[in-house]
Amino acid sequence: MNAPPITDELIAAHGLSAEEYRRIRELLGRTPTIEELGVFAVMWSEHCSYKSSKRHLRKLPTEAPWVVCGPGENAGVVRVGAGKVAVFKMESHNHPSFIEPYQGAATGVGGILRDVFTMGARPVALLDALRFGDPSHPRTRYLLNGVVAGIAGYGNCVGVPTVGGETGFHPAYDRNILVNVMCVGLADEERVFYARAAGVGNPLLYVGAKTGRDGIHGATMASASFGADAEVQRPTVQVGDPFTEKLLLEACLELMARDVVVAVQDMGAAGITSSSLEMAARGGLGVVLDLDAVPLRETGMSAYEILLSESQERMLMVLKAGCEAEAKAVFAKWELDCAVIGRLTDDGRLRAYHRGRLVADLPIAPLTEEAPVYARPATPPKPPLPFRPDPEALSIDPDAALLRLLASPELASKRWIFEQYDHQVMADTVRGPGGDAAVVRIHGTDRGLALTTDCTPVYCAADPRTGGRQAVAEAYRNLCAVGARPLAITNCLNFASPERPEVMGQFEAAVEGMAEACRALRFPVVSGNVSFYNETEGRGILPTPQIGGLGVLEDLELRVDLALGEEGLVLLLLGESRGWLGQSLFQQMLLGREEGAPPPVDLAAEARHGAFVRELAKDRLLCACHDLSRGGLAVAAAEMCLAGGRGARLEAPPPHLAPAAWWFGEDQGRYLLAVRPEEAEAVEVRARELGIAIARVGRSGGDALILEPAPPISLQRLEQAYESWLPAYAEEPQGGLEDQRDAHGGPGA
Amino acid sequence: MRAAVVTFPGSNCDRDLRVAMESVFGVPVRALWHGERDLPKLDLVALPGGFSYGDYLRAGAIAARSPIMAEIVRFARRGGLVLGICNGFQILTEAGLLPGALVRNRGLRFLCRTVDLEVTTTASPFTAAYGEVRHIRLPIAHHDGNYVIDQDGLARLEGEGQIAFRYRDNPNGSTAAIAGVLNRERNVLGLMPHPERAADPRLGNTDGVPLFRSLLEAVHGAGS
Amino acid sequence: MKARIEIRLKPGVLDPEAAAIERALRQLGFAGLKGVARAKVIEVELEARGPEEAEAELRAMCERLLANPVIETYAIALLR
Repeated sequence: MNAPPITDELIAAHGLSAEEYRRIRELLGRTPTIEELGVFAVMWSEHCSYKSSKRHLRKLPTEAPWVVCGPGENAGVVRVGAGKVAVFKMESHNHPSFIEPYQGAATGVGGILRDVFTMGARPVALLDALRFGDPSHPRTRYLLNGVVAGIAGYGNCVGVPTVGGETGFHPAYDRNILVNVMCVGLADEERVFYARAAGVGNPLLYVGAKTGRDGIHGATMASASFGADAEVQRPTVQVGDPFTEKLLLEACLELMARDVVVAVQDMGAAGITSSSLEMAARGGLGVVLDLDAVPLRETGMSAYEILLSESQERMLMVLKAGCEAEAKAVFAKWELDCAVIGRLTDDGRLRAYHRGRLVADLPIAPLTEEAPVYARPATPPKPPLPFRPDPEALSIDPDAALLRLLASPELASKRWIFEQYDHQVMADTVRGPGGDAAVVRIHGTDRGLALTTDCTPVYCAADPRTGGRQAVAEAYRNLCAVGARPLAITNCLNFASPERPEVMGQFEAAVEGMAEACRALRFPVVSGNVSFYNETEGRGILPTPQIGGLGVLEDLELRVDLALGEEGLVLLLLGESRGWLGQSLFQQMLLGREEGAPPPVDLAAEARHGAFVRELAKDRLLCACHDLSRGGLAVAAAEMCLAGGRGARLEAPPPHLAPAAWWFGEDQGRYLLAVRPEEAEAVEVRARELGIAIARVGRSGGDALILEPAPPISLQRLEQAYESWLPAYAEEPQGGLEDQRDAHGGPGA
Repeated sequence: MRAAVVTFPGSNCDRDLRVAMESVFGVPVRALWHGERDLPKLDLVALPGGFSYGDYLRAGAIAARSPIMAEIVRFARRGGLVLGICNGFQILTEAGLLPGALVRNRGLRFLCRTVDLEVTTTASPFTAAYGEVRHIRLPIAHHDGNYVIDQDGLARLEGEGQIAFRYRDNPNGSTAAIAGVLNRERNVLGLMPHPERAADPRLGNTDGVPLFRSLLEAVHGAGS
Repeated sequence: MKARIEIRLKPGVLDPEAAAIERALRQLGFAGLKGVARAKVIEVELEARGPEEAEAELRAMCERLLANPVIETYAIALLR
């Protein structure tokens, strides 16, 4: 092999450290070829190898009787009844979305869809957790518009409903936005496919879009933090083609329904290299690739480019030998390219030929299993200082404060976003965006999946461990609030550079907090992804361990909504209210501060309260139910009123709490329940028998929300506050081109 | 009732439409592939929503030139019932079975919401069962739903009573708030809203059911 | 032979995208702006015995697929 000289610059450009390169040479017993160096670089990148996070992720519980497959596959698999399994995962596409928001977000949706349908599951729901910078940052509006349009453009076209998610704004995301996409699919339990190659001699079938020079080094880019010249990397951003994805989805599911496929893997980051390597590694086999057989979109592509291209909408399948013609007929029907590009071998090596030349000859095990694992130094987070507000700052007019909070970027209605997403296609969306959890019917049954995404980054920044616990607990609560039984979670752990000890300290603590909550709530982690290096010029994001929760409703009849529809219902507040204002939205919006510790999370109480709410739902005692989160009681009540078009009167705060603490405190583990008056007492008695705090706090009725003793706020005013901010902000002229140019220092700047 | 739904590459409401039709018709609905060159014996052909050919070139343009469309045009000219929903409506205008065209929404954004509609005529095999009900709500989900037609064309539609549905709060800039139109012979209907997403009590809206019931009654009344 | 086909909306058909571009340019302060129109350009490479045959072929392409005569017009330019 005529290897070009491997210089220090070349090694550094591949994101490999000198020590990593030394190990590569040691493993090979020689200098790698340029192709081999590229393969090692992507396989050992943070993105593919989890080298900084692996040690900590082992702490997360991953098992439960209903879990069929935990982390390590393309997606997690849990039983949801009626012989069906839910296949789900969340992934980040943060850096690509910052560089090119439309395509970055679109290809993020495409990638996570493929992770789910490679397992033989039909995707049935998408959710998006988005974090943008300060709304006043010059680039935020452009990024918001682009990301939302990208998600819409891709998801709508493929025909998978986008049923939920969340969107937040904070200056810490100014130069590093987060785009985390969750996809959920359904399959028959015995028809799930895994990415485990088997059968020496079996062909590797390449399917889907042709290979171009897209995203070469995307996987390494996704693991490197930005310098100020991020826009220089633009050419490596991939372009999505949702139409091809839709064809690929249908063709793969059609083929997988026959008896010809052994294993499937999406060609995600690092393309042909990682997909063939990972399948072979899981099966303990080797693979030989004929790069000349790969369908190409561009001329003159080198072996290096073919191996590492990240062109989208491609899959690699191991077929049963002799089934090539049957597979090709299915793909021809769907007008898709396919080609046999290699075979499985028994030698445990990856060998790639290009124009008669052996360009890579690597042992597979070291590439996948012996990737470096780092015990990066970590500084434990400092405990936050207590929040000590002036007493007079807390005696506020609750009506005015509520209107401020409802109109805040954090809480304001996200209708402008979710109306751009088709949330009804597939005609199984029972509850779309805007509820505690989305509910999607399991097609052809009376069962439903409940889905939510949750994280409160300011809590995580103040106290990562509590923040980690809270994110899991809130997902649990949102599922219980619709009457669903929480089953499992997926996650995207978004952090700054792991090479900074304080960031590693945040990561460790957040994972520990998550692990505690998952164990206490029997809510295991079945899939997920880690996104490090979310920082620019040393300024990192808030630690954001984004949780995607999945639960099941055994009977859709028993679903509970937050809409307050009827007159005269009794409002019961479940859970203890201490008036916790540390890190609250009230503090942020009305006092301009982010101080104190986040509210503590009592996991035993969380489990007890959740179980109780589910029991009440099952006994049809809940006319409406909403979990209390950001903005506390007043915001929860307002959201219930707005959803149902019905007012409510809430009694004055108890004497021991300041008005702000009562109305806007963010104590955890709480729900606001609406019950029929004749059943209220029975509910209270049952709660007390279980030692659960419960209090009558008001009644539904009228066309205004009254926070005693403040004057009534008409529903119209509430709606105006809640619905106006986002469309006005997002559609403000000059939002697009102008800001983008400024941020890029384009021509003439 | 002998009915079929056509799947084009990129259709994504084909299953939804079959499920809704089967629930009202009480019989299986056939799935037809766009590449087929012969139609079986049918009373009704429906073109579903989605993004046929990714909406590339123009929404519905490439699908309108699919092999099966030539057959569907012949079927319609012989008086067969043809229903196009959303992308299906776009395909029918592109194929020349319905007047006008559908262009980008006035607001430029994809729009998914439930809208108020007026049933403008019940004198058609698609709308008869709405009877006295003139105000319904159906979901929309489209990027190119802005119906355009010239003044003469509009005058003809109005004169012949070919406007089947109008938006009460025009969400996409359509000429005369048109949400659905019939051909002159009244055997072809195209509409942007999705009746198949409003045909199941579990989803909280059944305002789409009378459309399918109208078709069932039209076919059975005709003695088939 | 190479040809360039330009497809645009007929006069009188509102183009919301062009309108949005026009608004944005005005916001940027281009006070002298009189109007904005958009067109789609499709480049085609084909074999033909002469310019007449090529034009006939290209016209057929436009009529049958590339342009929607209800809302669009087209112009064909042979490049060589």
